[in-house]
Amino acid sequence: MASSQRQTEGTAGAPFVSIRSLDKFYGSFKALADINLDVARGEFVSFLGPSGCGKTTLLRAIAGLDRQSSGSIAIGGRDVSQAPPSERDFGIVFQSYALFPNLTIAENIGYGLVNRRRPRDEITARVQELLAMVGLPGQAGKYPAQLSGGQQQRVALARALATSPGLLLLDEPLSALDAQVRIRLREEIREVQKRLGVTTFMVTHDQEEALSMADRIVVMNHGVIEQIGTPEEIYRAPSTPFVADFIGRINLLPGVLREAGRVEVAERVFSCPASSDLAPGSKIEVGIRPEAIRVRGVSGNEANAVRVRIHDLEFLGAFCRALLAVEARPDLHLVADFSANLMRDLALAEGMVIPVELPVEALRLFPARSAA
Amino acid sequence: MNESFARPLVRESTIANALVATLIVTLILMIGWPLWALLSKSLQDGTGAFIGLANFRTYFSTPSMVAALVNSLWVAALTTTIVVPLAFVYAYALTRSRMPGKGLFTALALLPIFAPSLLSAISLIYLFGNQGFLKELLLGHSIYGPIGIVFAESCYCFPHAVMIIATGLRLADGRLYEVAEALGTRPSRVFFTITLPGVRYAAISAAFVVFTLVITDFGIPKVIGGQFSVLATDAYKQIVGQQNFEMGAVVGLVLLVPAILAFFVDRHIQKRQVALLSARAVPYEPKPAPGRDLALTLFCLAIASVLVAMLGMAIWASFIRYWPYNLSLTLANYEFENFEPGAWGPYLTSLKMAGLVAVLGTALIFTGAYLVEKTKVAAPLRGIAHFLAMLPMAVPGLVLGLGYVFFINTKGSPFGVLYGTLAVLVINTVAHFYTVGHITATTALKQIDPEFEAVSSSLKVPFWVTFRRVTMPISMPAILDIAVYMFVNAMTTISAVIFLYGPATKLASISVIHMDESGATAPAAAMATCIVLTAIAAKLIHLVMDKLVFERLQAWRRR
Ligand SMILES: Nc1ncnc2c1ncn2[C@@H]1O[C@H](COP(=O)(O)OP(=O)(O)O)[C@@H](O)[C@H]1O
Ligand SMILES: [Mg+2]
Repeated sequence: MASSQRQTEGTAGAPFVSIRSLDKFYGSFKALADINLDVARGEFVSFLGPSGCGKTTLLRAIAGLDRQSSGSIAIGGRDVSQAPPSERDFGIVFQSYALFPNLTIAENIGYGLVNRRRPRDEITARVQELLAMVGLPGQAGKYPAQLSGGQQQRVALARALATSPGLLLLDEPLSALDAQVRIRLREEIREVQKRLGVTTFMVTHDQEEALSMADRIVVMNHGVIEQIGTPEEIYRAPSTPFVADFIGRINLLPGVLREAGRVEVAERVFSCPASSDLAPGSKIEVGIRPEAIRVRGVSGNEANAVRVRIHDLEFLGAFCRALLAVEARPDLHLVADFSANLMRDLALAEGMVIPVELPVEALRLFPARSAA
Repeated sequence: MNESFARPLVRESTIANALVATLIVTLILMIGWPLWALLSKSLQDGTGAFIGLANFRTYFSTPSMVAALVNSLWVAALTTTIVVPLAFVYAYALTRSRMPGKGLFTALALLPIFAPSLLSAISLIYLFGNQGFLKELLLGHSIYGPIGIVFAESCYCFPHAVMIIATGLRLADGRLYEVAEALGTRPSRVFFTITLPGVRYAAISAAFVVFTLVITDFGIPKVIGGQFSVLATDAYKQIVGQQNFEMGAVVGLVLLVPAILAFFVDRHIQKRQVALLSARAVPYEPKPAPGRDLALTLFCLAIASVLVAMLGMAIWASFIRYWPYNLSLTLANYEFENFEPGAWGPYLTSLKMAGLVAVLGTALIFTGAYLVEKTKVAAPLRGIAHFLAMLPMAVPGLVLGLGYVFFINTKGSPFGVLYGTLAVLVINTVAHFYTVGHITATTALKQIDPEFEAVSSSLKVPFWVTFRRVTMPISMPAILDIAVYMFVNAMTTISAVIFLYGPATKLASISVIHMDESGATAPAAAMATCIVLTAIAAKLIHLVMDKLVFERLQAWRRR
């Protein structure tokens, strides 16, 4: 599968983290295949993908906790491919918090400082500073079990940052928390990260989390990188149907490219953006996001207009998710999002037949996936 | 901050690998090599020349030896058939009824664990022996022989069977019973379609454990077996009586067969048992059923009375002036200087030995389990260490003791100096009870977040610091469990150490056997009583300490 190696302006100059041709095998199972990635100092990069796609494996390879099978990793210009974790420069936060239950919050945060034989006052001052930074002043003497999940994860973050590492690794740091705490902590982590300018990798399977926090997202599937890009790029210009479907929702219709700018779907020819790297006659998938399907002011005479029957309406609060069946081909379905406004203005109801437009600029063409 | 991330002089992983290698060498010396010595001895003649299976041929063509084998087999089989059903009902009452006083009944069922196996044999002699006041109940049969052995072994094995079966019963999924009830299933059908299949594996496991315990026990047949010879006493006779080491080795290997079989059956069953209970299961809550509860209470009361009587009779007898003619109380039987050349010496030696086993054994076992479980050592090393740690489970104490005899006694063995020392008793006993401690430690360690070591290494804190500051304090309850288990077993064990003690290191349990042999039954009972009370005291101290550790030192557990 084509993996886009396009680097954004962020990586001008020497990259801080550089991963080359990384493979990881568990027995004969290939958990990571040919991973290449450059990350600039201070960047926040998120590894995004479904469960089991190899995100944690990649993070642990960067940490040195589970050594890669082949390939190289450089951090800060130093090749650390064979170095154990203690000879790399990172702090790490796990989904389970992994706080030491028998040590106080202050002792947890100071755990890495004590070992460096710093004077006691310096350690105490640093711990206070970190507690203030993560918004937990005055909790120093408590034990982890006395704090809420969100507070514990803040302590874990402070502990990881205590030694001022060059690299911060977060493995699903928010996945164990309830929805509200999760959203608040997203902002807090991002803020701390920006303030310290620490290069950060965060593993997540939650696209919203990745989109809202990361400078760049690495979308992964089955151990390979599908796409690397800013949240904007990933959403607007997904380079594979998998990315398109995983980040937000997308309708994918099988078709054949007739000529540049013309595609045949369901025995009809639609206009589409001219694509450079697809040959005429090749099988493709045409993608359109649910919110891009136009309903308002469609007469039915537009080039890409289709008549559809409203098969099902699912009320989701601010909008309705509609399941539409193409009238001429009832086996062909489209999902569209209708705002509450639209629903009211057009008095849309199940069973109605309406014309909708698939705007040319909203269509994306992908090469057809070989039988997956 | 400009830290140096340069390579240190010696890497942590190198140290971890070196430590595990040391552990492996230690375990090979403690367990592997003695077993090898036993195996090779069985294939040699008196001069040490290799003679293949000739010893085995001799063994199986000597009628008296085959008779002992057959005796052992049927006595073990009979005991198993008696104990497992009784233990099942008892465990059922503990887990599936609303019987009152479950805590007390559990404690009473476990009583025999705190006594040397032969204590119940001594009690039986007082009750049914030549001077016993219940002698008539035997209708002219003698308690010395299979009857006494089976009875005493049943008491001795009972707690093990109850614990295994109760664990199996506790694993039940309460939902299954709710569904069955909702479907209007008859109670008898529920029992046969849900309860029995669920506990089948535990029952099989218990049967194997009981069979092995009986076949390898030495104390009971020695005290109450009379002329009835079994494998364990046969091995003793060969080695100690006739100095026929080769034949002793053969008997040892024969003893190993059921134990190894039991070990593998148990491993297999454990795997099945895990799959039985899904994460979503809810514990079973027994419904009130006065009839059932009354019947079960009476049953448990009867069994517990027998167990208490088996313990109590010997204790009572130890305070009696002259059984059965003068029942007035006295401490004369505790004046061991009149019956035992070492006077109180053996008891003190036992205390010292058990204390050392508890401290050194627990330290070795827990550290070993930590290294295997938590550090990043090469996978083959981890596998070998784990295998060696699990091996003693399959090796009866008697067999291990024989192995040590050969290991130490081989001509030119550098370990010859160990013979008869306290050190060899301690090492042997740690090895003998290693596996249960290892499993306890491993289970406790598995419950600790696996990322602690990852966090430590990211903070550049070496694993031994985290072991001391975090892992060990969190595991304190398990560490205490192991220490008490080691102490109690070291106090009561006979089978392995009987071959290894020397004039200066005679243990209390061995002194019991010697005094009993010389006809001083009451002082033997007195010494056994000292052992029981010490073991129970250790357990009580454990309970108190556990409470202290939890409430004072482990404030962090509170929310
Ligand atoms: N220690 C291991 N042994 C074998 N397979 C593993 C191991 N760790 C992870 N895997 C497999 O590698 C794949 C990637 O795992 P992981 O990186 O944890 O996925 P995720 O993207 O959910 O973090 C999964 O299919 C997982 O089953
Ligand atoms: Mg993961």
